[in-house]
Amino acid sequence: MQDPTEISDKARGHTEVKHTTCYMCACRCGIRVTLRDGVVRYIEGNPDHPLNQGVICAKGASGIMKQYSPARLTRPLKRKPGAERGEGRFEAISWEEAFDLLAERLGRIRAEDPRRFALFTGRDQMQALTGLFAKQFGTPNYAAHGGFCSVNMAAGLIYTIGGSFWEFGGPDLDRAKLFFMIGTAEDHHSNPLKIAISRFKRDGGRFVAINPVRTGYAAIADEWVPIRPGTDGAFLLAVIHELIHTGLYDREFLIRYTNAPELVNQDPDSDEFGMFVRFEVPPEEGCFDPQNKLWWDPAVDRPVSTHTPGVDPRLLGAFRLPDGTPVKTAFQLLMERVEPYTPQWAEGVTGVPAATIRRLAYEMGVTARDQKIELPIPWTDVWDHDHESVVGSPVAFHAMRGLAAHSNGFHTIRALGILMTLLGTIDTPGGFRHKAPFPRPIPPCAKPPKGPGDVRPGEVLGGMPLGWPADPDDLFVDEQGRPVRIDKAFSWEYPLAVHGLMHNVITNAWKGDPYPIDTLMLFMANMAWNSSMNTTEVRRMLTDKDENGRYKIPFVVVADAFESETVAFADLVLPDTTYLERHDVMSMLDRPISEYDGPVDSVRIPVLPPKGECKPFQEVLIELGARLGLPAFVNEDGSRKYKDYPDFVVRYETAPGSGIGFLAGWRGKNGDRFMVGEPNPRQWERYEQNGGFFHYALPRSFQYMRNWNKGYLTWARANGLTRYAEPINCHIYSEILQKFRLAAQGKGITRKPPEALRERVEYFFDPLPFWHEPLESLYTDPKRYPLRAVTQRPMPMYHSWDSQNAWLRQIHTHNHLFMHPSVGRAGAFDDGDWVWVESPWGKVRCMARFTEAVEPGTVWTWNAIGKGAGAWALHPKANESQKGFLLNHLITEELPEDPNGLRASNSDPVTGQAGWYDVRVRVYKAAEGEPRATEPQFPPMKRLPGMDKAPRRWLAFVAGLKGR
Amino acid sequence: MTQLALVIDLNVCVGCHACVTSCKEWNTSGWAGPLADFNPYGPDPHGTFFNRVQTFEVGEYPNTMVVHFPKSCLHCEEPPCVPVCPTGASYKREEDGIVLVDYDKCIGCKYCSWACPYGARELDEHQKVMKKCTLCVDRIYDESLPEAERRPACVLACPTNARLFGDVHDPDSEVSVAIREQGGYALMPEWGTKPANHYLPRRRTELRIRPDELIRADNPLKKEGVPPKPPKDQPTLDETTSW
Amino acid sequence: MHPAFSVILLTTLIGVGQGLFLAIYTSQLYALARLLPMPDHQRFFALGSAVAVGFLVLGLFASFFHLGRPERAWRSAARWRTSWLSREVILLPLVVMLVAAYGLIHGLGWTRPLFVIRGALPVDASLLVGALATVAVFALFVATGMIYASIRFLREWASPLTVFNFILLGGASGFTLAAAFSAWVGSGPTRFYGTWAVILTVAGAVTRLASLYRNARLAPKSTLQSAIGVRHPRIRQITQGAMGRTFNNREFFHGASPRTIAAVRWFFLLAVFAIPVALLATAYVLSSVWIPAAAFAVQYAGLVAERWYFFADARHPQNLYYQQVA
Repeated sequence: MQDPTEISDKARGHTEVKHTTCYMCACRCGIRVTLRDGVVRYIEGNPDHPLNQGVICAKGASGIMKQYSPARLTRPLKRKPGAERGEGRFEAISWEEAFDLLAERLGRIRAEDPRRFALFTGRDQMQALTGLFAKQFGTPNYAAHGGFCSVNMAAGLIYTIGGSFWEFGGPDLDRAKLFFMIGTAEDHHSNPLKIAISRFKRDGGRFVAINPVRTGYAAIADEWVPIRPGTDGAFLLAVIHELIHTGLYDREFLIRYTNAPELVNQDPDSDEFGMFVRFEVPPEEGCFDPQNKLWWDPAVDRPVSTHTPGVDPRLLGAFRLPDGTPVKTAFQLLMERVEPYTPQWAEGVTGVPAATIRRLAYEMGVTARDQKIELPIPWTDVWDHDHESVVGSPVAFHAMRGLAAHSNGFHTIRALGILMTLLGTIDTPGGFRHKAPFPRPIPPCAKPPKGPGDVRPGEVLGGMPLGWPADPDDLFVDEQGRPVRIDKAFSWEYPLAVHGLMHNVITNAWKGDPYPIDTLMLFMANMAWNSSMNTTEVRRMLTDKDENGRYKIPFVVVADAFESETVAFADLVLPDTTYLERHDVMSMLDRPISEYDGPVDSVRIPVLPPKGECKPFQEVLIELGARLGLPAFVNEDGSRKYKDYPDFVVRYETAPGSGIGFLAGWRGKNGDRFMVGEPNPRQWERYEQNGGFFHYALPRSFQYMRNWNKGYLTWARANGLTRYAEPINCHIYSEILQKFRLAAQGKGITRKPPEALRERVEYFFDPLPFWHEPLESLYTDPKRYPLRAVTQRPMPMYHSWDSQNAWLRQIHTHNHLFMHPSVGRAGAFDDGDWVWVESPWGKVRCMARFTEAVEPGTVWTWNAIGKGAGAWALHPKANESQKGFLLNHLITEELPEDPNGLRASNSDPVTGQAGWYDVRVRVYKAAEGEPRATEPQFPPMKRLPGMDKAPRRWLAFVAGLKGR
Repeated sequence: MTQLALVIDLNVCVGCHACVTSCKEWNTSGWAGPLADFNPYGPDPHGTFFNRVQTFEVGEYPNTMVVHFPKSCLHCEEPPCVPVCPTGASYKREEDGIVLVDYDKCIGCKYCSWACPYGARELDEHQKVMKKCTLCVDRIYDESLPEAERRPACVLACPTNARLFGDVHDPDSEVSVAIREQGGYALMPEWGTKPANHYLPRRRTELRIRPDELIRADNPLKKEGVPPKPPKDQPTLDETTSW
Repeated sequence: MHPAFSVILLTTLIGVGQGLFLAIYTSQLYALARLLPMPDHQRFFALGSAVAVGFLVLGLFASFFHLGRPERAWRSAARWRTSWLSREVILLPLVVMLVAAYGLIHGLGWTRPLFVIRGALPVDASLLVGALATVAVFALFVATGMIYASIRFLREWASPLTVFNFILLGGASGFTLAAAFSAWVGSGPTRFYGTWAVILTVAGAVTRLASLYRNARLAPKSTLQSAIGVRHPRIRQITQGAMGRTFNNREFFHGASPRTIAAVRWFFLLAVFAIPVALLATAYVLSSVWIPAAAFAVQYAGLVAERWYFFADARHPQNLYYQQVA
């Protein structure tokens, strides 16, 4: 035997070490990749990286098996002549042929009607480029996956506090003492959160998890509060009720930093009803909250302008202005709103005992009030008050999809934002902290196009494909108020659909509602499987033909690195590279990886050459941009401007000479500038030398209270992060929502919704949060479907990505439907039995697994373990397609027609967020003679040209030449 | 005498399986490799792993505790697997107490696995020899690595730092202090195997809010000209007495 | 435990071989003491020993199928100081050699007394080699039994009864075979063997029933509580960390239903004990060459079932960690 300690691992071959960024999930940890003889030997966390600090997760450590997966596509593929779409019969073609085909088709579309090209992407981490491409092409039909992921979390909090969780901000667990985690998926910001939670617990913090299911992080919570899905809003509103009634809110914070004390017009006959009373027209119209509203000064018993020095205004009360207008403070309106939301009421909705709700409210309130953190960091606010210290309350929250993926999620998340604000924990130590480029103005400045006139043949789109409407005039609708986008985002149906509604694109395009399209390009999105609701029907729509025998969606392009279920439905397949074979940027223009202490962005630098003919999707876009002559991608003479994507990243500026580009670090000719500066031709080298990231730590006095921190806001303005150094006061009361409500009521001079949508807009655009049953419940008989069904994310899997991974799939080879044993007792079946789970929209056969760690009215399963037979290069009889199942078959993408004739998306009526977790189901035993396999089943996919043959029996991976 | 070991903190383990695959990744191309997989893309895949994370539910709804439980070779101080080995392939290293298998001597008789109450040994069905955790013996002494990285792959990977590594015979080591001060325990102590690996138990932090903390001099409602009133349904003398 | 057929065959076959040798050697001693008439005994002993060697070699052959790396089997003699398995590995070939030598001595007729003790006991080479072989056979029985009895975690096995069962059941099957063999060749002391076979079978029944009784009442020493170190009466496993059938799921689980287990138990109780005793008793009355042969066949089949049950009956504490998949 060779002594294991004798030879260094590095001496067993030619060893190279390279730094890049992980992409096994969306977390974007820094990794160090060691190669032996050109093969990946191992991947570990980069110890110097601010995000993951050297650690790595199960997925990250299994990157080898992704890199060498037999599911890799390696050649451009074209649907065989005569083959039907969906059959998966392809022939390999050259890139030249693929580009010719695409440029010809897209060129024609652009010249005629750019709307007929739709580009939708999954978890791509390059929205800065894909969005730019769509805008340059001139199509409004672009979005990434946010609409069916967590847009409610982004919109609900950004419209309330100017920032949100995950990429935008998070809990400061280093200083918190009490931490509430509500409905959090384990894949969001996973390693940093794991690091923070374990430190928090070791430091003696108290961790409360509120979730219908106890898995993942909730497992190590000090208290688990099981709650019925879709009722978190009721819980949060009851907590707010209790905090206000016991006086456990932070009055100073509310007065100084929020609109809580501002006076709201209460004259029901006024066009200004529900709007803040303003004393003068602001000198400059801009994308910020002008400081021209009123407080009520009890000392002189009259209104005064907000932030008048020396005034301690009323936070509560109803008053009459000198002109007779009745007004109330916003906080008074909030108090009245939560009056009926008592803990007793919430107990009936949520299933959480009223005593628990009260106790938790007191824990929050008393901890926040009595355990203040004061850091000796002087700072100056935007009203020029100098503060000797930064003060915070050590109560932190984290929430994600569990709150977001409901049709009532927007208001639930507004309630969470308001709760955090009541406790005075916005950008304070121990509370919620922003990450650059947040906070943003409420709402952020980018606006969608205003109407069909912004879409012009052969021209760049007017406005951004995605933006943040501040009032009805920012909607993207035509004269009749009809949507202009294929997904109906920014229409009256989903006015604040700031991430689009990718989950309705195929259905709408198939229906031709609002219009038919020609080419649908999907990048990295598994729309024929786990990324669609109503999967079976969506697959049918993709293959459906009109009366002339033409496909209703004429041309589908799929760009992916792997043989996903969606690949079978493509007319043209573009093989993407893996993350180890490409350049990428985690850009300040998209969602960087910033830390609480300042901006951070990062890059991927290839550690391996592309396999086969794989080409990074960015290169495809740069090539197409040049061939189509899109202005940003060509020189003035029409010639190609960028050699390749790395060249683009270095040289592209948001506007000529703006000095703002994709990467913030080492800008300027000499690399001595950051954030803003001339392009630096050696920027990639500098990132490479620094381990693949750029981290700028702000001066300490700029690190907190950034919504109102003069120093920070001035710095942010100087560095191009924002245009205005104005305060970003938290919106306890949302005047923006009230503007939409007024429009629906026929008031004001803005655009008005079509008749059929007036009631909907008026009801849901409430300036204060409220709780309503998820929309699907209106159409579902709770007696017939007594259970709610949700999915959870297993930590060693990222959506559908990892069943192809020989190591990870051994951990989750198939999935069960988890349920409380009482569900089995009621249905007379046993643990492990085959059962049907059925919703009004579909049914799936699966295996039951009993658990005591679930709210008894909820059933759940792991997300996206179930696969289509043969997909992802798995054997057609692999567990994933035989025992594993997909819950999506039970979820509808459209609700039944409402009384006004509307067939709305099964989404939040404010933001268009997909209501994944609203579905109600029943579970019953499968009959004795039924097959012991999941249903529905689909014809198996086959190996495509260019794919490697999967090893059948043994895989004995050893890195290096001849596996020495 | 040194006894290297892992101490696994169940109080912070979230069950992410980072230790599982980082172990596989290091070891499959390392001294102990390959760690082969059977049916890697087919039905019922299974392969050799040195470390598994299991999940247990303790108690009944709603007082359910979920325990994620990583399990690998415990490197017992009295390893029952070693003396039963007929070839001497299984051995305990004198210098650091790591229990190893010499893959060149192992005949794959599986007898050592019968003699391990913990199920820590797995037969590699590709090489037909018994395999198990080596505490990354081929990395922890590698002087070409920075000192901080001379630790097992699972320890370096663990995002919650739930895996501590060190000499349990050194009373001042991080692991010994953790065992001593945080109630570290051994698995199946009834067998006298003296596992070197230890586990740290769950601990619960509670917060007690005393009623008087809710009666506050700083109650902000007082500043609103509306002093807090008792609830309307609170009984008073008004309803019961008429004097 | 998963019943490993190679091991079942190994232990039962060498048990027969060892028992057969003991039967032959015992009859030689009896004959020496003139308690048994032994016409043509040398041929009979030689042939019998050859049969015993055959069983022993077959057992040895079967054992190779248990090994992952049979080509390295020679290494397994290394740890005789600590490993009963190693001891068995040394003893089994030794027994084969000694029994073969014993048979050879008889077959070649090298039985001229070397010396005579007290003028009454002529000692020849076969007697000496046979005595050595007997010691080795008993040592092999003990080693084989101790392989199982020494694993203290398998409490169903960790008992002296395990060793007694191996000795008695091996002996019984060997004597039954001796009876069948002598009836077959028509030259041996069939009744003598039959009587001893019945005695040993009954004794084996007593010890085997005792072990069944003991095992049925064994409370597991390890529990889920001690396995994961959590004190709570209600603990359930949800996942074991992998979903395919790993080594830990196969090696330590028999996968048979309780009904199958009970059926196997009844079968072996009848086939190892009741039926052979009845058949051997019948053989006293009806002298047929077939009846002792049938007794052996039934008893051997029963022993295979008994050994299968022996494995299935043993509950390994590692199984606490492998209860559920999700």
